[in-house]
Amino acid sequence: MLVLWIRTFQLGVKSLMLHPLRSLLTVLGIFIGVASVIWLLAIGEGISRKAQEQIESLGATNIIIRSIKPPSEQIQSSGLLLQYGITRADYERLVSTIPTITRAVRIRELRQRFSYGGRMVDGRLVGCTPEYKDIVRLEMDRGRFIEDTDLEDLKNYCVLAAGTAERLFPFEDPIGKVIRIEEQYYVVVGVCKPKMPSAGIGGSFAAQDFSSDVYIPITTLWWRIGDVIFTRRAGSLEAEQVELSQITLQVDKTENVISTADVVKATLARYHPTEDYGVTVPLELLEQARITRMMFMIFMGLIAGISLVVGGIGIMNIMLATVTERTREIGIRRALGAKRRDIIRQFLVETVVLSTLGGITGILVGFTCPLLSEAIMSAIQILMPRVYDSLPEIVRTMRPVIVPSSVPLAFGIAVAVGVIFGLYPARRAANMDPIEALRHE
Amino acid sequence: MNIGVSVQNVTKDYHMGTEVVHALRGVSFDVPEGDYVAIMGASGSGKSTLLNLLGCLDHPTSGKILLDGENVAEASDDRLAELRASKIGFVFQSFNLIPQLTVLENIEVPLYYQRRLSPKERARCKELAAMVGLGARLNHRPTQLSGGQQQRVAIARALVNDPIFILADEPTGNLDSVTTEEIMNLFDELNRQGKTIILVTHELDVGSRAKRIIRLRDGKIESITDNPARSSARTEAAVN
Repeated sequence: MLVLWIRTFQLGVKSLMLHPLRSLLTVLGIFIGVASVIWLLAIGEGISRKAQEQIESLGATNIIIRSIKPPSEQIQSSGLLLQYGITRADYERLVSTIPTITRAVRIRELRQRFSYGGRMVDGRLVGCTPEYKDIVRLEMDRGRFIEDTDLEDLKNYCVLAAGTAERLFPFEDPIGKVIRIEEQYYVVVGVCKPKMPSAGIGGSFAAQDFSSDVYIPITTLWWRIGDVIFTRRAGSLEAEQVELSQITLQVDKTENVISTADVVKATLARYHPTEDYGVTVPLELLEQARITRMMFMIFMGLIAGISLVVGGIGIMNIMLATVTERTREIGIRRALGAKRRDIIRQFLVETVVLSTLGGITGILVGFTCPLLSEAIMSAIQILMPRVYDSLPEIVRTMRPVIVPSSVPLAFGIAVAVGVIFGLYPARRAANMDPIEALRHE
Repeated sequence: MNIGVSVQNVTKDYHMGTEVVHALRGVSFDVPEGDYVAIMGASGSGKSTLLNLLGCLDHPTSGKILLDGENVAEASDDRLAELRASKIGFVFQSFNLIPQLTVLENIEVPLYYQRRLSPKERARCKELAAMVGLGARLNHRPTQLSGGQQQRVAIARALVNDPIFILADEPTGNLDSVTTEEIMNLFDELNRQGKTIILVTHELDVGSRAKRIIRLRDGKIESITDNPARSSARTEAAVN
């Protein structure tokens, strides 16, 4: 039986070699279909993985509450002082009333100018607690991060982000040096390793750039700077009073995240008549991202599927022409003892050889997707820098990931296309009257 | 002597729209083993129809055709294919070799449909190619051969399944007179070796090589005559 299939295969290849160009073009149709299945799925997977990574970096069990400056028409307080955002009282309320919260991290951040000697850096001053390091995944380069005792003692210690350290201390070791922030002095106790900026996800969670940060104990910030910040804008002085910029709540179990978030929202809503805060639940985003990803995959799959169907129609078209052209051969074979199913087998093997060849080459080229997309990206970056800059960040940093299941899937589809679209021409060949076929010129 | 083929009161009607064409109107004859029969007649005499029926390519409307005792009229489509593969050796006017196959592969085709694909069978194919004088051209394509050579390949192909008879349809219709002579000599030789040959032709000098001539006219047998020239040739051969 094996010999028979080998012979049939050899015969198929021989018959296809009668028209090499024609066969090649037919293979090309399937090749493009299969390669595009793998490519589109790989790109889809790359983008969705990136999105998922970004969301996961926020922590799946986290609930993030941020202060948002309300739109000016909603501001109630008159005069100079604009008071908004989440408060220390909110923090205490949430932590003491919701049992599913295992950890709560508060931060207060503001724009500040840091200086050392003659150098100045404008950046973000973050008042935080030791947990902040874990939550945003900071890694220390030298020295240490803020510690609990620093908070208790209201220490004037600070930790520099990599970018800040580099610009303030291009030639020196910053550890032990004293930098100035708003007429006050802080001793540098640690320097962080460089950290990639996090992408903005959801409405209330803007992108964060960690490169020019300075971290100090939050209690020190309250004590030394206070809640009221004066800014000069368009000639007039504005004052803003914000107690906390952000609270990150960690929930004990993933199942409790959504319900806890609901309680948090309800609690905050009671004490905040204006929408001066935003609640981001990464888990919700994760669920959304999963749905988006699925839709994306289905959409991509559909496009690739269409190209495979087009390839299949190409095969059918060629095989119908081939069957007509080889009517005589079919007649001879029938006269020499071929049954209908022998003829079907012969032509099906030919279409399957074509589609399998397309499948294999398509898979091989599909594997080059990550390499090629990188090449295309760098080509765009060099040749069309403006276009590159206008691309969404997720597209720029995305790396296609070949979905392992897409390889057998694409191959299976290719073979199936060969069988399905080959069946009709093969049956047509088999159902010819041998006497008529023999007479065919 | 065994009866290889027995045709018993066979009729064949074709429906052309509303008209019914009676291509064969009751034909009976036997072809014993080792016989050499020429079926002759003008076009429209039912010659081709009879050829198709003998070749198991079609069912008769009524009557029996017995191949080795098996009634073809009742055989299924698949069974007909099996009979063609195992019991009949076809030789056609236009050679009908498969262009993409080599000489050797063309000879092998009937075995392929009987799933006889062993090296031993392949060796037999080579022997047959050598017997028809093409032992040195096993890997040539049909297009690289002359008409006479192609017909030799076709004859080797017809012999490969060891059929109960060779059915030759105008085997020399596309050949010049010299080649015709060669091919007909080959048939004579095969018949001398005991092969049964049924030759369908309208050329008298080709038909006259057979031992018996069956003449068809308007779907009926006009005459069955022993060929005196052949009989004497056979006697001569016997004397020698």
